[in-house]
Amino acid sequence: MSYQLRATLGRFGRLAAALAILLSIFIGPAALAADNTDPSNPNGSALLIKGTVKNEKKPVEGVEFHITGNGVDEKVKSGADGKWVLEVTNKGVYKVEINLETLPKDVGLRDPEANVRDANLTITNTAAVLFPLGKDTRVVQPIGDQILIRLFAGLNLGLLLAVAAIGISLIFGTTGLNNFAHGEMVTFGALFTWLFHAELKLPLLLAATFTIILGAAFGWAQDAALWKPLRKRRLGLNQMMIVSIGLSIVLRQVFILGFDGDTKVLSGEYESVSLGPILTTSSSLWSMLISVLALGFVAWFLTRTRIGKAARAVSDNSSLAAATGINVERIIRIVWVMAGALTALSGILYGLQFQANYLLGAQILLLLFASVTLGGLGTALGATVGAIIIGFVVELSALIIPIDLKYAASLIILIVVLLVRPQGVLGKKQRIG
Amino acid sequence: MDILNILSLALGEMISPTTITFVLCAMGLSVHFGYTGLLNFGQAAFAAVGAYGMAIGLITFQLPLWLAVIMGLVCSAIFALILGIPTLRLRADYLAIVTIATSEVFRYFMTTIGFAKVTGGSNGLSQFGKQFWALNPIPEADYNFGFVTYRSDQLFVLIVGWGTIILGALVLRLLMRSPWGRVLKGIREDEDAVRSLGKNVFAYKLQSLIIGGMFASIGGMIFVLNLSNVQPQTWTTNFTFTIWSVLLLGGAATILGPIAGGMIFLALISLTQGIMGAMVEMGWLPFLSQPDVAQIRFILIGLSLMLLVIFRPQGMFGNKRETQFNG
Repeated sequence: MSYQLRATLGRFGRLAAALAILLSIFIGPAALAADNTDPSNPNGSALLIKGTVKNEKKPVEGVEFHITGNGVDEKVKSGADGKWVLEVTNKGVYKVEINLETLPKDVGLRDPEANVRDANLTITNTAAVLFPLGKDTRVVQPIGDQILIRLFAGLNLGLLLAVAAIGISLIFGTTGLNNFAHGEMVTFGALFTWLFHAELKLPLLLAATFTIILGAAFGWAQDAALWKPLRKRRLGLNQMMIVSIGLSIVLRQVFILGFDGDTKVLSGEYESVSLGPILTTSSSLWSMLISVLALGFVAWFLTRTRIGKAARAVSDNSSLAAATGINVERIIRIVWVMAGALTALSGILYGLQFQANYLLGAQILLLLFASVTLGGLGTALGATVGAIIIGFVVELSALIIPIDLKYAASLIILIVVLLVRPQGVLGKKQRIG
Repeated sequence: MDILNILSLALGEMISPTTITFVLCAMGLSVHFGYTGLLNFGQAAFAAVGAYGMAIGLITFQLPLWLAVIMGLVCSAIFALILGIPTLRLRADYLAIVTIATSEVFRYFMTTIGFAKVTGGSNGLSQFGKQFWALNPIPEADYNFGFVTYRSDQLFVLIVGWGTIILGALVLRLLMRSPWGRVLKGIREDEDAVRSLGKNVFAYKLQSLIIGGMFASIGGMIFVLNLSNVQPQTWTTNFTFTIWSVLLLGGAATILGPIAGGMIFLALISLTQGIMGAMVEMGWLPFLSQPDVAQIRFILIGLSLMLLVIFRPQGMFGNKRETQFNG
């Protein structure tokens, strides 16, 4: 069970895939297997790209793979045992594409988007590239159960998004900045948890604590080194937005340099839990509980503490807040630190459920913006509501439209909301401008 | 290290088909952002719409090339209308988020298996270039220009591409000096003032979005004609922000800015990558490996975006007063 979960690679929103995987057979995905060195190849001179095609534990013969890159352009077919292999001479990263037309009729890729995978032969001599096959097992379930499963997955996703979106919302509220580098703060949390927990073998709680502290420090450093000086220069908000885009591109590449581009497995000993038709894991339940607690804490902080009230005052009207004696710069700094910590937390929870890679944050950034805009830019409660709606939309839309379009659905919602009610569900009208 | 090889690669990059594409896209963006002040973060989608429009016209509808190009441009205009009508009334930063979201949605639609019959799904489309290559009048041979050698088909793409850029620059110059162009600049400077003169600001913005988008679409067409295939994963947000880097480097509200910006920026990337690659090969940078060097291009794109916006928002050729980031 643990192996199956560990191997749940991933793109976000793949809880559904995780459930499908629990219900059906599993073939380990590429990034996991890519690090396996092959002991049967001791001389190390030949570089092998290989894999096995299996569907419901039976090998599939005659599936064609197209391998390109580093001057190679070759096609191979899987044999009677489902295995295929290609010998190449140069180190490097190759692209392996499965020819979907050569698959048997009723068989498809479990992740229809992932018909091209990388074979990384930069370090190891053998790269195993596997394409998990299977039928969509969800279709056999009654529609009521499907909706329940989707609602649960949507709530889970929504809560995760909410924790990250509140950071965007707080920063926008106090400084007016649409921070496009926010996704990288989520990535930061996920990757550092992997570093502390999976690499340095620290207990998860300790690793998470370190990550959150680092995340807070990251928020502090961003404001101190970049955003405060830019505010002093009176750089326009749109210019700052472009700066944040540049920062996000740079950070993403720094993550690649530091952590490599592969997907990190943030494993834990998960128990599967079934709630009626819903199959989930203890870690998902914990993650939801922690998200709710974190959101509750933010709500308490903003409404009950002096600093929280001051932050809301700055959001509302920073000049007026300054005139009443609130140190606006200090509040902004606190907001950045809080946003950094919260976003790192969301990265941790995200990574524990969906694994971590350098693109994780960039992939959910637009969903975060959609959440914040839907709820009303700059209102923390709105961001929470917006995130949960977006979570439901993403997951429920998969019942009606192809699963690879489910992110598109939420972005279309974003566009429609801007059309009909640009101030968002809970936003104030004056913010539209 | 082979300095000559690195230099000639960089010089070749200055006029390469990729550069042509980014220059055309940046010219379009200069209409959007430089002249009208629209923060369009979805320029990659305009290029993609043009490219897919043309490719689908050629493959699915078996159109002649000129008609397929027109189909791509019409698709681009329709896309601009769909994008612009709901969003152009919004504040600049909302427009930014919506355009980036739309371009991602478009990419999802091109990738999804549901439309794969027409779009090719994540494999994209290929083998639609026959008519284009048949137009090539240059005899089959290798043409040597001192530091670089081109095959006749490469030369053909370059001539078509740079011809388009020169034509586009002339059109832009005429447009921006016309009363129409002055209204656009007026909108950039002060929308309300233009409105008070009785101009329909919304219509002008929409026209600007359509015309700038068409430039990008032509860029996208040249890109895919050169490669003879179109793939959905080309048109990511990184593509868009490369265009932004090119534009901001050259100068947003200028005719020559996007051209010079594109040539210099892409040559600079090639040069840095070449030098870094050679240094890694010689073991001077032990903490980097060859695949890492490929990431340098994105670090350069990101850094140049940040530094240009902070320190020189007018770019190389721009006028600081004309650099308008409406808040």
